[in-house]
Formats: sequence, structure tokens, C-alpha cells
Amino acid sequence: MDDSILLAHGSGGKLSHELIEKKILPFLANPALNKLDDSAIFEASGRLAFTTDSYVVNPIFFPGGDIGKLAVCGTVNDLAMNGAKPLYLSLSAIIEEGFSLSELERILQSIKKAAEEAEVSIIAGDTKVVNRGKADKIFITTSGVGIILPGVDISGTNARVGDKVLLSGTIGDHGIAIMSQREGLRFAMNLESDCAPLNKLVSQMLQVSSKIHCMRDPTRGGLATILNELARQSRVGIFIEEDKIPIKDEVKAACELLGLDPLYVANEGKLVAIVDTTDADKIVTQMRKNPYGRDAVIIGEVTKEHPGKVIMKTKLGPTRVVDMLSGELLPRIC
Amino acid sequence: MPVKFIDEYRNSELAKKLSYRIAMRSTKPIRLMEFCGGHTHTILRYGIRQLVPKTVEMRSGPGCPVCVTATADLDKAIALAHLPDVIIATFGDMIRVPGSYSSLQQAKAGGADVRIVYSTIDAIEIARANPDKSIIFIGIGFETTAPTIAASILRTMQEGIGNFYVLSLAKLCPPVMKALLDSGEVKIDGIICPGHVSVIIGSRPYEFIPRDYRVACVISGFEPLDILLCIDKLVAQIEKGEPKVEIAYSRGVKPEGNVKARQLMDEVFEIGEANWRGIGVVPESGLKIRKEYEQFDADKVFSVSLKPPKEPKGCRCGDMIRGAATPLECKLFRVTCTPERPVGPCMVSSEGVCSAYYQYETIGGDLQDF
Repeated sequence: MDDSILLAHGSGGKLSHELIEKKILPFLANPALNKLDDSAIFEASGRLAFTTDSYVVNPIFFPGGDIGKLAVCGTVNDLAMNGAKPLYLSLSAIIEEGFSLSELERILQSIKKAAEEAEVSIIAGDTKVVNRGKADKIFITTSGVGIILPGVDISGTNARVGDKVLLSGTIGDHGIAIMSQREGLRFAMNLESDCAPLNKLVSQMLQVSSKIHCMRDPTRGGLATILNELARQSRVGIFIEEDKIPIKDEVKAACELLGLDPLYVANEGKLVAIVDTTDADKIVTQMRKNPYGRDAVIIGEVTKEHPGKVIMKTKLGPTRVVDMLSGELLPRIC
Repeated sequence: MPVKFIDEYRNSELAKKLSYRIAMRSTKPIRLMEFCGGHTHTILRYGIRQLVPKTVEMRSGPGCPVCVTATADLDKAIALAHLPDVIIATFGDMIRVPGSYSSLQQAKAGGADVRIVYSTIDAIEIARANPDKSIIFIGIGFETTAPTIAASILRTMQEGIGNFYVLSLAKLCPPVMKALLDSGEVKIDGIICPGHVSVIIGSRPYEFIPRDYRVACVISGFEPLDILLCIDKLVAQIEKGEPKVEIAYSRGVKPEGNVKARQLMDEVFEIGEANWRGIGVVPESGLKIRKEYEQFDADKVFSVSLKPPKEPKGCRCGDMIRGAATPLECKLFRVTCTPERPVGPCMVSSEGVCSAYYQYETIGGDLQDF
């Protein structure tokens, strides 16, 4: 069969070379990768950021993206959240025997598109093929290197009392878009994953302010979980207002139906920034100029009270603690 | 449901007005029980206890299907999972509940085929895709889920699917309310009656409660304003001394309920006793598969030998289910019992009271001085 990946495609022999040269390189070509040496060589100076992440999403194609786009954006965003300008990525794929070559091409196409948008080059890579049933279609791991400009110091430990908490847009889009496609839950809705590279948004924010203290993308565990991480790391309280958090109608409705709390649903193209109160409005105005920050808003502030905890004023007025996600998100029974 | 509709039920101005009205009405200390775990979660998630006066005390009831499943029944499900060529299909929360010696999750890690489903339809699909295996659906739930379980049995019969079975652990709400009131352990002045259950059974099955026990009953939806409206009506009834059954969820519940769904239930199930965690065996509170459908009854088709059940030491889930204690009175709560390492089901289930207290701890202490 011409259209499927065979074990031999990962053997290191002729078929492996064919796969790399005919199928993969045409999408990802760049001078460093084209050499096909054992390692890629690049120049860099200054403070570097380095990160890695694996992607095992199911389904691999979903409204608004696929595993390839996710693998590029996820790692680009991890670099950007420390204020680094992403430069290079490596990418390895573990592919299940029998996986369709045309689907692989679709994934490579979206990797190419996402890398172009983020202006990063993929300069190292690897492909392995495993027996049927030993992997679920395709797993991708990306690592990334980025450079941090002088004067930038962004870390989860830097939140200070009085800082404002900014959110770049609506929450829950990715998690609900994925869930709407899952086996057994399939429901029709007009919702796409927010999967996007945020490095340009971040660099635009850094242009107008040097007082961005923390940044993080609320992926798995959602907004609630990363706010808790930041509160614990910086040993401060975080106070947010439920009314201020933008949520799309489709996400609200799906969460109601499934008994989920959007605060815990995953995002792939959003960021939370904790910034000095004097610069907060300026940064929000700047964020709104970028399509990925169009709905940016201040959702709360950093407090001295309740260190390590996130407190939320609910829609009805009373306040409560917002805890980290524990266990898995599961729809309710009755 | 149109979303604008949802937002209207979370309006803070209306909430303030209702909260004020309840405070104005309420003169004497009363105790209300919210039957449903879903209600408990809404109450804590939105901080509703901060919106009712100190005179109104709220207790959680047994309305959490995972929580009320008796350890012995859970042990049976785990034993079934270990049978050869069996696939267990279950709602998600069940797999994490510790049984006497193990859990479905541990059985799964040990090689048993245990799959999480979102509905009985998924379980039928698994049966269809695995004709050489026996698929056993763990049929927990109240009157809300029972009709869908009945429908799944009728459908597999029609379609000639011969490898689908149900372990029926379905339970009925009004009989257990009667058992709680008869025991007199916890004095209750009013009940926030279940919303989704009442969509099926209507309001009439609760009529014995105000008549025989002088306890007010109001059926509530699951949005915060539904619950405030329900509390307002309960307080009004109790203050006047005129308990009755009212519906504060008229967009979902009709007095006669859903007749078709009940016909489905009656076709497949007959009423029998059921074993409730923390309460024990309650007559006429469970649904057993009728003889005509016994080829689908996992209890009849499979036999497993079980060691006597044992409850986790120090766990007070039974007290939580009867409304006899709050999680803050349990020595294990937050100490050794957490959502990551639950000791009892009330910490596992998304409808469990301990999980609600854990997740939605309030600031300002309305749980502490409770």
C-alpha cells in the first residue's frame, strides 16, 4: 500500500531516507536541516531559553488545528512565556505502523504553516515507526531554543502585591473543540481550537512595557490551575472576578451540558500576564492590536491576603477559593 | 438551552433581591436539605450560603449516585471486571472509588478491561465492536438515568446484540427520603428536591412528605437563581407553617413528569430493595431487571464470589450521605482524604459533598461557622 507508513519507514534504510527526503524535507527545508548531519549547528549569544513538550492529542485533527500545529505552537508558546524570542525547534515523531501518508502530509503542511507564522526553523528531527497498537497514530515531541533580550525577567516567582492580572482572550475554546470531536461525545458546534503561536503578541507587549512580571499559557488544567501555580510560586494571593473572564457562548453552553467548569478547560492560544499596575492599561491596549489578543482584559489583581490561593468573586457576588484541577475533567452523570 | 437563558439565571442583581427577600422572610432557625449533589455543588460554587441568612442552615443529602453505591456492590463490579473476556463500561467517577480491597481503576491497571463511557449508547457501541467479549454496563443512577438504561436493554434486544449486560444498581429517590425522615436522625424543615429526577417522576411522588412529615418540598433547577428561588419558597412555606410540594423549576418539571420515560422504566425494571451506602438496605428503593429481560442481567448471567465488604477506616461518607455530618467534621477531610487520594466516594464524585467542600472552600468562613 502506497499510502501507509510501514515499519521499514523507520528502519534507517532506503525507505527511511525516501520518507525524509521526499515527504518531510520538502515541507520543513532550511539550510541547517537540509544538510542532514547528525546535529544542527547554529550561532547564538546571550541568555537562552530551552524547552520540550510531547503531544499525544486525540483526535489528531480537530476544528482549528491538528497535532502538528499544536506541537509547534505549544513549544513556541512555552519559550515566549519566559519572554524568549523562539529561534529553533527540533521535532521527532513516533508513528504507528499503518498510519496514512496523506495524513502525515497534512500534519507536515500545518507544521510548516505554524513554523512560518511563528518565524522559527525546525533544524533537527527524528522519525520512528512502531508496531501497530504500540502508539496511537502519531506522537510528536518538539524542543525549542529561544533568546531572551537584555532587561527581560519574566518568571512565575515575580508576581508582586498590587500587580494586575491580564488574560489575552476567551477561555476553554481548545478543550471544548477537542471534546466535541471525541468518541462518544460528538456534538456539532461552531467552535474552533484557539491553537496559535503567541510569540509575536508577547514581543509586542514587551515593546511597550518592561514591567511584565509573570506570563504563562493556560493549557492543561486551564486558567484556574495556572493562576494557582503563579500564586504558589510567588507566595501571593490572586483575586479575580468571574464576570470579567471572557467565555464564548458555545463554550458556556457545552460546559453547562457536560457539567464542566470552563476555568479548568484547556487553551492553546491564550496567555495570562501579571504586570505592574502602572503599565496594565497600556499593555492591554497593545495586546488588543494583535488578533490573538483582541479580547484582552484585566481579570484581577495580586493581593497580600491568602498567599498561595486564588480567590474569585462569583457572578452572584460572594467570593470563594478557586482550587487547582485535581484528577481528570469528567462530564457529570445526572 | 440558549445561553442567554443561562446567564439570566446567574444575574447578581436578581440574586441580591432574592437574598434580601429571604432574609426579610426568615425569622426562626430552620434546616434545609439539598437532596442532590448537583445542588450542593451549585450552592458552594456560587457562594449561595453567603447569600442566605444565618437562620437558614443547609445540609447535603444522598443525591449522588456514585456516593450511594454500596461498597458490596462496587466489590461486585470489580470482581466482574476480573472475569475473562469481560469489558466493564462505566461512568467516569466510578472507576476511582475505593472498594473493600481494590478499585475499578486498580483492576484496570492490573489488566482488566474497564472503559469510561458517557452514555449507555457508547456501551452498546463497545458491545457491537467486540462481539467475542461480554460488555457489562455498571448501571448506577437515579430515576434520571434509569430510563436510558432501560432503553439500552430494549435496543440491544431489538438489534439482536447478545453480549451486552447491565449490573443494575439504579435507585429511587422518594423511598430513600422516606427512610431518612423515618429515622429522625437529622431534623429537616424543608427539602430542596431533585431537579433532573423530577423531570422524570414529576412532583406527585413527594406529596407524602408534607402530608405525613410536615416537611416543605420545593423542586429546584441547578442554576444559582433557581436555588435561591427555591430557598425563598421553602422559607415562605415553613414560616407560614403550611408545608406543601412546589415546583421552582417549571421550565423543566411538570407535575406528572415524563410519562414515556417512566413507561420505559416499568417495562424493563421492577421495584425491589436496594443497598445504600451509609443507610443500608431500603425496601422498594431500587430497580431490578424483570424476569423477561434476565438475559441482560449481569447479576443472573455471571457469578462471582465476594469476600465480606469492609469500609475504609475513619471514612464518614455514610454520615455525609444521611446529612448527619459535614465534611468539616470528618477527621480525614483534607488530611488523608483528598481528590488525588480519596478515601471515600464523596471525595471522588463530581457530585459528592466532600469534593464540593474541597473544591469550593469559601473565604469569609461560611463553612466554618456552619
